[in-house]
Amino acid sequence: METIIEKTPTTTTLTGSQAVLEACIAEGADTIFGYPGGAIMPIYDALYDYNDRLKHILVRHEQGGIHAGQGYARTSGKVGVVFATSGPGATNLVTGLADAMIDSTPLVCITGQVFAHLLGTDAFQETDIINITMPVTKWNYQITDATEIPTVLAKAFYLARSGRPGPVLIDISKNAQIQSFDYEGYAPCHHIRSYRPAPVIRKNFIDEAVALINNAKKPLVIFGQGVILGQAEKEFKKFIEKSGMPAAWTILGLSALPSDHPQNVGMLGMHGNYGPNVLTNECDVLIAVGMRFDDRVTGRLDKYAKQAKVIHLDIDPSEIDKNVKATVGVWGDCKETLPLLTLGIEQKDRSEWLKVFADYTQKEYDQCIKDEIYPTTDEMTMGEVIRIVNEITEGNAVMVTDVGQHQMVTCRYAKFNQTRSNITSGGLGTMGFGLPAAIGAKFGALDRTVIAVIGDGGIQMTIQELGTIMQTGVDVKILILNNQFLGMVRQWQQLFNDKRYSFVDIASPDYVMVAKAYGIEGAKVEHRKDLANALKTMIQHKGSYLLEVMVGKENNVFPMVPQGCSVSEIRLK
Amino acid sequence: MELNNEKQEYTITVYTENQVGLLNRIAIIFSRRKINVESLNTSPSEIAGIHRFTIVIHESREVVIKLVRQIEKQVEVLKAYFNTNDEIVWQELALYKVLSEEITERVKVERLLREFGARAIAIRKDFIVFETTGHREETNKLMQALEPFGLVEFVRSARVAIIKESSGFHERLKQFEKQEPSEEVNENEYLGKREKIFTM
Repeated sequence: METIIEKTPTTTTLTGSQAVLEACIAEGADTIFGYPGGAIMPIYDALYDYNDRLKHILVRHEQGGIHAGQGYARTSGKVGVVFATSGPGATNLVTGLADAMIDSTPLVCITGQVFAHLLGTDAFQETDIINITMPVTKWNYQITDATEIPTVLAKAFYLARSGRPGPVLIDISKNAQIQSFDYEGYAPCHHIRSYRPAPVIRKNFIDEAVALINNAKKPLVIFGQGVILGQAEKEFKKFIEKSGMPAAWTILGLSALPSDHPQNVGMLGMHGNYGPNVLTNECDVLIAVGMRFDDRVTGRLDKYAKQAKVIHLDIDPSEIDKNVKATVGVWGDCKETLPLLTLGIEQKDRSEWLKVFADYTQKEYDQCIKDEIYPTTDEMTMGEVIRIVNEITEGNAVMVTDVGQHQMVTCRYAKFNQTRSNITSGGLGTMGFGLPAAIGAKFGALDRTVIAVIGDGGIQMTIQELGTIMQTGVDVKILILNNQFLGMVRQWQQLFNDKRYSFVDIASPDYVMVAKAYGIEGAKVEHRKDLANALKTMIQHKGSYLLEVMVGKENNVFPMVPQGCSVSEIRLK
Repeated sequence: MELNNEKQEYTITVYTENQVGLLNRIAIIFSRRKINVESLNTSPSEIAGIHRFTIVIHESREVVIKLVRQIEKQVEVLKAYFNTNDEIVWQELALYKVLSEEITERVKVERLLREFGARAIAIRKDFIVFETTGHREETNKLMQALEPFGLVEFVRSARVAIIKESSGFHERLKQFEKQEPSEEVNENEYLGKREKIFTM
């Protein structure tokens, strides 16, 4: 087996802890999010001397740490690194791991573990984190001997970022952290024999897909985060432009294609746009790029795009045919497959087909969007807040969202000019994701404005991370859209449970006072006349700022494809 | 043509690296979907250092294809195959413990051994242990024959299976070890040859 060895000429003696930090530096992980504790103390002790080369962000809870790592990975395109101690420190990572797994976010999490000789004895703060995290990690491994650290970490970073990215957890027993060993330098990993991240692209599939596209009268492109993860935004744009095809996005594909692109026809799925949902069931060829046909996108599967030939581009072969049978499965990295398709497809003008989308957009605007972003009622709407944010940022901000109504509204209405600008918990729907992810997102894109849009439910799940903002001075704009309800659940209770509002009436503290206590400036807006100025103040403020906007209590997000219905049964009200 | 949603017995053969915890990673692929594993065996393979799992489940072809892809997705898994019973040769081994007194008095032991192809692998004053290998029906038959005479203990091993058309994993492994493998090893077999899944 061939290995590439980049050795330093002499060996030095390092402790396991030092080797961990050397690996982080070698892998370009400049920012680490973490929280110390007994079993990871040797690593933190070593970190004391690496302060000049590694930035460590002390979070307030390990869940906050891992969501910050996710935010960092999503804006920077690098692997997010998270440190936590054994036992509760490690178990607090589980939600973030599940979130990163389902949203394909590259992470390396290092957890401390009790001394190897104590494993299995129910030692203090011992937990079997390897087995606990097995279903929510791409790979995990326990190190009990320091000599393993360089190679295992090289493997961890390689696995996290290559192929379909995902979270990796490395559990290191305390003795291995302390142990000194002959360090031969860091050799990055480029190949694992049992792992095939980059398939050879097969020409016959490309040819079949090209033929389908060229013969299509009404092709529809639907794209997901694969375009962003593959850094294939340019390739994607060229692909759709050459053949003039309409392109609709999943919630994680958002921002891969600028919002104002004439072929961007909007959002797919449960709260997506009218046209792309209805026309999914009218197109003749459906071209799915780096997306996985989540049930929130497809609605009822047996009535999903049955008339269409399906071309599915994905790097993960297990996704092809998983939910929707592909006529042609193009297995590969879309960075490579898209240009091959572009080469073969004919230049076409499909303005007539695009016009059909425009008609639907108009219908949706008249019946649904207009009242949301230019409301005539006294109550403020989430949509108008986002519209004004767009006007101020001109689509240049990173928008981080939590989970719920505000998330759907932000994804529907926020405008984006550049990629890696929409950070949200898509697959897992993790409330509490927003605030810590925004902190990480800012560290991953220091030159950009980061706005965290969060509901009054989600903010209270990870509100402790205001402490991280206070201590690091990181500049995050926190926009709380407060409808005094757990709004999305309330909407479902209204529509499907006869308005039986069961435990959705959630009380809030005085957020502005809470922010002040953390040294963060803030304001609350209750009337429309103050809204635009308040948003401007927030965005132009130097440093973090919290703005609470009181919006209508019982507003609903529409359109909506009710659960169990076909995408063509989308409701406008 | 075979229907995709008709349940039948499938034998999944998985070639893997030897790594602690991999058994669990593979097992949770089934348990997560609430699929019962009928039998599971881990053993060495034809190649030193490469392990071979043999898993038997009762499922539809469509489900099995998805399971096999999830198994292959695991980092330490080199390759997974699935086969119907007519594509494999397989055996299971069963042990039966009976009381010597009972069996020697009431049964013609030699007839029993001949009829069921059994062997006596331990003969003691107090008990005898028989062994048979074969398909489930065969090992079941001896169990039924012995039951009236007080079968004290019974245990059956997992299925081990040889794939009729396989030419072994040696050549494949060489391909896997290359950084730039050929198309053959890199193919997504289920896309390329949907009709004929086994392509070794």
